[in-house]
Amino acid sequence: MYNEENCRFAKTHEWAHMEGDIATVGISNHAQEEISDIVFVDLPKVGQQVTAGQNCCVIESVKSASEIYAPVSGEVVEVNSALTNDPALVNREPHGNGWLFKIKMTAPTEYENLLDLNAYKATLNK
Amino acid sequence: MFIPHTQEDRQEMLDKIGVSSVKELLSQIPQDLLYPALDLPRALSEQELTAHMQALAARNKPLKNFIGAGIYEHFIPAAVNALSSRGEFLTAYTPYQAEASQGTLQTIYEFQSCMCALTDMDVATASHYDGATALAEAALACLRLTNRTEILISAALHPHYKEVLQTYVRHQPGVCVKEAPLGADGTLDLEALSQRLSDKTACFVLATPNFFGCLEQAEEVSSRVHQAGALLTAVVNPIALGVMQTPGSYNADFAVAEGQPLGNAMNFGGPGLGIMTAKKAYMRQLPGRIVGIAKDKNGRRAFVLTLQAREQHIRRERASSNICSNEALCALNAVIYLTLLGPAGLAEVAELNLERAHQLAERVGKLPGFRVKYAAPFFNEFVLECPVPAKKIIQKLEKKGLSAGYALGKDFKGMENCLLVCATETKTTEDLQAYAEALGGIK
Amino acid sequence: MKTILPHNALSLEKSRPGRRGVRFEQAEKHASAYLPEAYLRKSVPKLPELSEFETVRHFTRLSELNYCLDGEFYPLGSCTMKYNPKAYDVLSALPGFANVHPLAPESAVQGTLEALYGLQELLKKVTGLAAFTLQPAAGAHGELTGILTARAYHDARKDFKRTEVIVPDTAHGTNPATAHMAGYTVVNIKSAPDGRVDKEALQQALSDKTAVVMLTVPNTVGLFETDIREIADRVHKAGALFYLDGANFNALAGLVKPADMGADLMHLNVHKSFAAPHGGGGPGAGPVGAAAHVAPFLPKPMVELKNGKYTLSGKMPKSLGKMKAFFGNIAVCLRGYCYLRQFDGQTFRQIAENAVLNANYVRAALKDKFNAFFDCICMHECVLSINPAEMNGVHTSDIAKRLLDYGFYAPTIYFPLIVPEAMMVEPTETESKQMMDAFVDAMEQIYTEIQTEPQTVKDAPHSQCVCRIDEVSAAREPNLRW
Repeated sequence: MYNEENCRFAKTHEWAHMEGDIATVGISNHAQEEISDIVFVDLPKVGQQVTAGQNCCVIESVKSASEIYAPVSGEVVEVNSALTNDPALVNREPHGNGWLFKIKMTAPTEYENLLDLNAYKATLNK
Repeated sequence: MFIPHTQEDRQEMLDKIGVSSVKELLSQIPQDLLYPALDLPRALSEQELTAHMQALAARNKPLKNFIGAGIYEHFIPAAVNALSSRGEFLTAYTPYQAEASQGTLQTIYEFQSCMCALTDMDVATASHYDGATALAEAALACLRLTNRTEILISAALHPHYKEVLQTYVRHQPGVCVKEAPLGADGTLDLEALSQRLSDKTACFVLATPNFFGCLEQAEEVSSRVHQAGALLTAVVNPIALGVMQTPGSYNADFAVAEGQPLGNAMNFGGPGLGIMTAKKAYMRQLPGRIVGIAKDKNGRRAFVLTLQAREQHIRRERASSNICSNEALCALNAVIYLTLLGPAGLAEVAELNLERAHQLAERVGKLPGFRVKYAAPFFNEFVLECPVPAKKIIQKLEKKGLSAGYALGKDFKGMENCLLVCATETKTTEDLQAYAEALGGIK
Repeated sequence: MKTILPHNALSLEKSRPGRRGVRFEQAEKHASAYLPEAYLRKSVPKLPELSEFETVRHFTRLSELNYCLDGEFYPLGSCTMKYNPKAYDVLSALPGFANVHPLAPESAVQGTLEALYGLQELLKKVTGLAAFTLQPAAGAHGELTGILTARAYHDARKDFKRTEVIVPDTAHGTNPATAHMAGYTVVNIKSAPDGRVDKEALQQALSDKTAVVMLTVPNTVGLFETDIREIADRVHKAGALFYLDGANFNALAGLVKPADMGADLMHLNVHKSFAAPHGGGGPGAGPVGAAAHVAPFLPKPMVELKNGKYTLSGKMPKSLGKMKAFFGNIAVCLRGYCYLRQFDGQTFRQIAENAVLNANYVRAALKDKFNAFFDCICMHECVLSINPAEMNGVHTSDIAKRLLDYGFYAPTIYFPLIVPEAMMVEPTETESKQMMDAFVDAMEQIYTEIQTEPQTVKDAPHSQCVCRIDEVSAAREPNLRW
């Protein structure tokens, strides 16, 4: 759905996928592997204003709580309510049905400044 | 006796480590700090210590107790302490290794189940330090949940609970605590409550019975609080819930209580047992330990500490609280007590409390110069207005071997002549009579 | 080793309607005679219904499913699972202490107050601090008390710009959580490679915004902060207060005085440092001590001695207020008092030395196979880990579970966070050499198993009433009540 190749990435392991002025946000495959078995996703509220680089969501495993930073700024217009009952979707389909939320962007240039897949992968090998 | 090593053991250990003396192991400590003079009293043998502690215990006067005010004297069946003092419970640690801690974990799960049943709420924690800190932590959860800044409390909340709440929330940015006043009958003035509720109110703290023993119109309070978009946190008495309407029935969002009355001795006020229950929707905002059901890899039922990502060892400064223990042994006493009593036994105790307190109120309220101050329904304690300062009554009755009650003048201006009196099932008809007679001569 | 027991039903599953464990006399009238209908309970609570005998069986059976210190060695790092003499349990529960109401007239509770006053005085002597409050109910509660005391101190000086609390990255999670609860911003500083405070990093973090620096000594990797006095000086020079987390005080009592190290505030754990059983998670007690300039801000009331009478009615106008209802976990404090009366300075020294001797013995005995992460003499606990190349796919959590099969509780694992696959071992002062040798043997056998049959370790435990528990499904679909 949101193929890696068509996404942009933050160094903090979130991806964003742009359609018009809406960015869909999720976490990378690498990130879900690191977190391992996800037990709960504390999603932002629809209508919430978020700023690029700021914490707006928490993903919990049994032994960890990982903060998710908004890759772009704007207003949260939709959250993935399927995660309430099935948080493991993020593990199974991080680039598909495991997306987290959608942002109506206020500064689309921020999207352009995110890393492409190759650049993101390069950060993982460091 | 405390240190098991023989001289040979010690030498073998030093050899293995490769040092010649224990002092060599302390080389990291700056030598000018090492071995300060302590000036402690002579060490006592176990026999001497026993005599010393017995002598101290004997210096406490065994008065017949008519004080409640947050700590209640109840009968504790022998099986409670016989079971909870087993070394397997007493000397276990927090159940981190669940497979080797199923006993403690299952008792906590049973405790949580009993607390939910008692309050008619959805979820309960494994317990907190005491009722006051449980309330403070529930109030913090309400602030987080609502993003509002005011905590409105009943003027008749226990004065210690008020102080602890203040201590806990005072430094949260922008947060303040306000009081809703009482009417003439000792319960909340509902109109004044409605006026004080606003879109800033995160939660209202309702105490029923309140500190004066009076029962509140909880359903009416609840609907007014929720109309204002605020949450309702109820402070209740667990024994009273044997017969009284439950927080769940009047739609409370959180219910907290001091659980000491459930099978725990008074112990000069501590340890207590903080009970916290909530609606399911707030489960992930709860502070402290929670036990849940799990399965082992063969599909067998097991119990574990769960929802741990809320806690300080994972979230550090972003945790829902810094608490990392519970009052497990007190919770164990409570769950054994409730298992022995069952619903029928609990109702019996509650009815005995009602009866004894009402019998006492009737007797002393008729004495010349005395009157029961408030007309509202009450459970096991009430305010007695006296012809003389309450402090004087306490002094006089102490000479007759009675602890008369709690003098309210210290915490409430203008109530110098008011005594908060409690009679639980531990007070016999003869005790009530002795109390009334002792008051009788006072003018 | 414990034998496998069959599935243990819940009391609610064993319930039979109408069964009772205890009866009370019947009240003459029902509740409805005293309370209006609207105030009455509408439904019967779903509580267990068992006979007394069934109740005794039920809880005895559950107790048998626990490891406990009375039965097994508990090498839990930073938790100090040492033996607590049985006399203290008995003496703290004497009816003369247990059946006392906290609001009874002071003239009727002089015995309890004398013991509490005695405990305050003894704690002052052992630490060198000026005053102690007995109110905090646990270590974490003591931390919060200490930080709020510091806050009251700064506020009284109208020094409102101090908004930060500095905490090293090796700190126990309660330190940052506490600072946050007190309304402070947490500043984490990295440790030096030797596991101690990085003085450079501390100096950079210190400023006129620093309210408190929190430090655990011995620290959470079991090392003494050798430059403690210099650290304290720097903290004081910045106008901040120095808070000592006394979680590991059993290894210090009699060896050094916190006041000499420059501490302004510290909490002690009566249950760890001194003597009270852990009770499966509590109750504990976390008295907080303060130096003279900070003491007036401690919670009220404290026990005072006036004209030969002990009293709680002293005025403390600068106090931060109350931390809990009434006066503290008295039954636990009484055990602490017993402990401090049973030993003199010489014995405390030996006890602390023994804590250090035992930890170093285990470290030395295991260091070839489980390399000590910090390869140096430790204080009361040591951090162990296995060379990743020799782990064979086994994790520290597997070793912890396998130890249960050998009849030992597990060490603290994955803490401190700065050491990968950490195992923190604290034998405590009360274990014998023979018990530690048995533990070392078990660890060596597990090491061999990791090389020869790693699956046995990964599948552990094999001896408990349940096998490895799936914590993931428990957290995904929480079932928290019956």
